[in-house]
Amino acid sequence: MNLTTVRSRARLAGGTHSATSAAPAARTDRSRHERRLGLLLAAPSFVVMVAVTAYPLLYAVVLSLYRYRLTDPAGKEFIGLENYVTVLRDPIWWADVATTAIITLVSVAVELVLGFAFAWVMYKVLRGRSLVRTGILIPYGIVTVVSAFVWRYAFQLDSGFVNQWFGLAEFNWFGGRWSSLFVITLSEIWKTTPFISLLLLAGLVQVPGELLEAATVDGATARQRLQKVILPNMKAAIMVALLFRTLDAWRIFDNPYVMTGGANNTETLSFLAYRQNVSLVNLGAGSAVSVLLFLTVVLIAFVFIKGFRTDLGQMKGQR
Amino acid sequence: MDGRRTSNWWSLWGALVLVWALFPLAWMVSLSFKDPATFRSGSPRFWPESWTWENYRTVFDNSLFTAALRNSFGIALIATVLSVVVAMFAAYAIARLDFPGKNILLSLALAIAMFPQAALVGPLFDMWRGLGIYDTWIGLILPYLTFALPLSIWTMSAFFRQIPWEMEQAAQVDGATPWQAFRKVIVPLAAPGVFTTAILTFFFCWNEFLLASSLTSTDSARTVPAALSFFTGQSQFESPVTAVMAASVVVTIPVVILVLLFQRRIVAGLTAGAVKG
Repeated sequence: MNLTTVRSRARLAGGTHSATSAAPAARTDRSRHERRLGLLLAAPSFVVMVAVTAYPLLYAVVLSLYRYRLTDPAGKEFIGLENYVTVLRDPIWWADVATTAIITLVSVAVELVLGFAFAWVMYKVLRGRSLVRTGILIPYGIVTVVSAFVWRYAFQLDSGFVNQWFGLAEFNWFGGRWSSLFVITLSEIWKTTPFISLLLLAGLVQVPGELLEAATVDGATARQRLQKVILPNMKAAIMVALLFRTLDAWRIFDNPYVMTGGANNTETLSFLAYRQNVSLVNLGAGSAVSVLLFLTVVLIAFVFIKGFRTDLGQMKGQR
Repeated sequence: MDGRRTSNWWSLWGALVLVWALFPLAWMVSLSFKDPATFRSGSPRFWPESWTWENYRTVFDNSLFTAALRNSFGIALIATVLSVVVAMFAAYAIARLDFPGKNILLSLALAIAMFPQAALVGPLFDMWRGLGIYDTWIGLILPYLTFALPLSIWTMSAFFRQIPWEMEQAAQVDGATPWQAFRKVIVPLAAPGVFTTAILTFFFCWNEFLLASSLTSTDSARTVPAALSFFTGQSQFESPVTAVMAASVVVTIPVVILVLLFQRRIVAGLTAGAVKG
């Protein structure tokens, strides 16, 4: 049986199918069966996802209301919202919020510009196109901890080449906050720009070619074409890339952990949650940090999705 | 002539992108072949002055690393297979069936894709110790399965939506049994999407560090990323830089192989769920 006969049969089968489903009794019976099968197939995914995230999160909410250290289990005591007050009054929490926000803003902004440039190159390059696409997937696939070590050793005084190459002599990159954050953000940017650039490339390919040609014929400059034709048509791809990368960067943990261990005020929010819960086994206050971290993510997602909606609404309105 | 020149121009930019992507890899390989005793004497150069396999011997003689490698492979493979199978059911239902709760499932998957894993390390740490699965394979496979599911469901349902499902009925009209129709028509059409999803899921599990370092304590379940971070913590003054780089090269090899073999599929998979979904 070859493919063309299958295709023509498919059309035929589609025809008979719609004829049978015209009978109302058969349709309801069929749709009831379909609903049951759908629920059955979706159930395992649903159960696993809820069991391993929603339940522990509720457990964290409960734990956050207790004074509870694993080193002192007998001292477990209900203290209401005191853990939250302690965390929110602690300058460490706010310093970590600031560090996380700085890393997120800088890395996402740089990645968006760089990712667009990469997407543009991959779109335009003719010879060696697949070579470039293959090469760019390496940082995407590499283990983040490995990336962190590679960049750390490149900048580290005793092993690195960076100071030699740039004539910086004995400058210690990990001796201060800003230079440490620079290296952390650089590793983050190197590792995750490919993801953004591939998403943007997918958006770029979908920009209608005839629109660009029409704009060129009408005498639009390259800059006008970019601002008036390309970017507006890529809005959905840009928003998706922005949403995922922002939330991803906000949860950054691996890079600061490996590079600085949180020294010089480079601790991020995920790192704080890890330190309180796992290193200090202070599950009461640690859970309060966890719940607060979760709320910051909800807030960011909410703002984005709201912006998203109005954007998509506007796009529909225009068309 | 002019077109030729611009084409060369873009090739140059392409080469620059390649340098940016691969340059740190060259540094990693170089450092892994440097002599551990002398690599930091004087002013370090980019390439080794003399190449040595010593770091690779050190790493493979270290039972901490070989155990971690075994754990990484086992946990990532099992979690990937489970996640792809469970997500395949859901993706089929989303792409083909009309049932209540479809949007709830997709929203839940999206919410979990955004979920801060760090918020779970405390409760999971406590729960897993209570359940007796702290520092075991299953203790890592469960959360990996969970956090890989959203990616798997979104990517696979995007692929499944493009399959011409009528062909299954067409084959049956031609006299194939339902099983034959599924085996000979649907499986070959669906396999590329499933396979691509499996690669992306494997990358996620292979890469994971936060949960691996929170939910393990010995080499019975500790994966390579976690083992690497403890490797350096052991001695602050004699940090085994070159050995860590040799271990890094070893865990990067599977990634490079998968990328080289399946470049086209990975790109398609990465963009399928996000842009079309």
